Amino acid sequence: MKIVVCVKQVPNTADVRIDQTTGTMIREGVESIINPDDLGGLEAALRIKDQHKAEVIALSMGPLQADGALRECLAMGADRAILVSDRAFAGADTWATSYVLAKAIEKIDPDLIIAGRQAIDGDTAQVGPQIAEHLHLPSVAYVNQIKYDKQHFIVKRMFEDGYQKVKVKTPCLITVLKEINQPRYMRVQRIYNAFREGLVEVWDNSNLKIEQENLGLKGSPTRVKKSYTKGVKTAGKVFDVNPKEAVQIIVDKLKESYIL
Amino acid sequence: MKNYKGVLVYIEQRNQVIHNVGIELLGEGKKLAEKLGVPLMACVIGYQMDDVVHKIQAYGPDLIYKVDDLFLKTYVNEPYTKALSTVINKVKPEIVLIGATSLGRDLAPRVSSRLHTGLTADCTQLDIDDDRQLLMTRPAFGGNLMATIICPNHRPQMSSVRPGVMIKPEKNNNSHSTVIEVNVLLDEKDMNVEVLEEVKEEHAKINIEEANVLISAGRGIGSKENMKYIETLANLLTGEVSGTRAVVENGWLDKERQVGQTGKTVRPDLYFACGISGAIQHVSGMEDSNLVIAINKNPSAAIFEVSDIGIVGDGSKVIPALIKELENIRK
Repeated sequence: MKIVVCVKQVPNTADVRIDQTTGTMIREGVESIINPDDLGGLEAALRIKDQHKAEVIALSMGPLQADGALRECLAMGADRAILVSDRAFAGADTWATSYVLAKAIEKIDPDLIIAGRQAIDGDTAQVGPQIAEHLHLPSVAYVNQIKYDKQHFIVKRMFEDGYQKVKVKTPCLITVLKEINQPRYMRVQRIYNAFREGLVEVWDNSNLKIEQENLGLKGSPTRVKKSYTKGVKTAGKVFDVNPKEAVQIIVDKLKESYIL
Repeated sequence: MKNYKGVLVYIEQRNQVIHNVGIELLGEGKKLAEKLGVPLMACVIGYQMDDVVHKIQAYGPDLIYKVDDLFLKTYVNEPYTKALSTVINKVKPEIVLIGATSLGRDLAPRVSSRLHTGLTADCTQLDIDDDRQLLMTRPAFGGNLMATIICPNHRPQMSSVRPGVMIKPEKNNNSHSTVIEVNVLLDEKDMNVEVLEEVKEEHAKINIEEANVLISAGRGIGSKENMKYIETLANLLTGEVSGTRAVVENGWLDKERQVGQTGKTVRPDLYFACGISGAIQHVSGMEDSNLVIAINKNPSAAIFEVSDIGIVGDGSKVIPALIKELENIRK
């Protein structure tokens, strides 16, 4: 069995701070990590490998620096690591990103594709299902349990108010939640091996041969028109008022903040 | 592109129970449709949908497209993707809105890819610009950044929208919609996964770190009995209940809902602190929340230093009054 795990290197958004004078996001000094849901996906693949025979291939799309994340995947136990990287891919939205990843996966021809439900920087949860759509494969999203049982998987698909037990045949794509497991640590010997040169394969568009009109910004149906931080937090106001006025102040604020 | 006209709202239902977000989107969809001067349409997909169709008429769609088929009895991605894509191809709406639930965020990306159009995830604000384009605004980077996204050259413009953000419209029992049944060819081949069982959990396991709204209790709320107000408030604001270490140690709250140094670090859109003094061990777990509202009897409570809005007062009076007001608004 061949398993592809889609992995994204992301800034640890928990460390991102807003500059209190300029109101802009401070990205400097923020560490890069493997996206937590993806790490759950890798661990899920490695557990299948532990019990059955499987080749686990970590696949990422991003700038060349993203190979750090892939080396960590190798150190955890992935057999191969592939970084899809080309300047022509830059600026891709989820449609164009999933298209490139789908083309790469087509070349690998796996039985199972596992992706994290969503990345903590973009929070879209779209790339996994979109890859499956480009490949015309069945997909199950929001999975927090995977069992392999002769040519098919039994997975637990979570909803807000319960779950479905779903049986899915290979080949298929599954997106997983980070709660699915506790990822293993990297092994020292494997870290040593993983950080030697030349273990991460880099594929650019000369390997994938994707039409220019489907690449990067040009191939992206959506555009960012503008982005902004919510601004510097000003010192709050304290009101010493009767309950009726207090309720009005709270309700107004909730409406202003689009919570109501 | 000019052939695409109107706003289409996907009405999420499971087991004939309509998810609130579909109703909220009919309210938001109506505003967008009025700005554009186009019809508001709803799409209902499932099995034995007459009752669902009947219920949503009161929320103002001009047209309701219904796909009713035994293959759509429980949610399976492929037949639902096929049904919604077929409706969109037939109706050609310029805008499609889908609730950003765990179902909607599974369905919407497959539909948008099948139609080769753009999709913006988990939007919290929608508007129309001077070129009649849909402006889709959403948080990213863990809520640190807001981005406004457009879809200039593809139709429909698709958006999944965060539940609980848009306002539910007034119910009008005299409102009438034209119902159009759409036949979609579905067969065994479309059932590409098999649902073995479907389980409803009354108390699905929660994770306060992922909640967008937290109503948090401190010792100042006075008693375990008063936790019921906190729970009611959390329900009304589609949030979760959390609290301080003191409240957990008093046995008023489960440990998994504790915020602070020995609990969890949270950064919700709204952190509503009731009777919390604001000890540093607690504040370190919630100070990055987007909006902090605090109620405390003590005017010099430290929690006010990290609050956007501070109310000096008795929570046992303010909170029930707030609950009453929110219930009025929700009606």
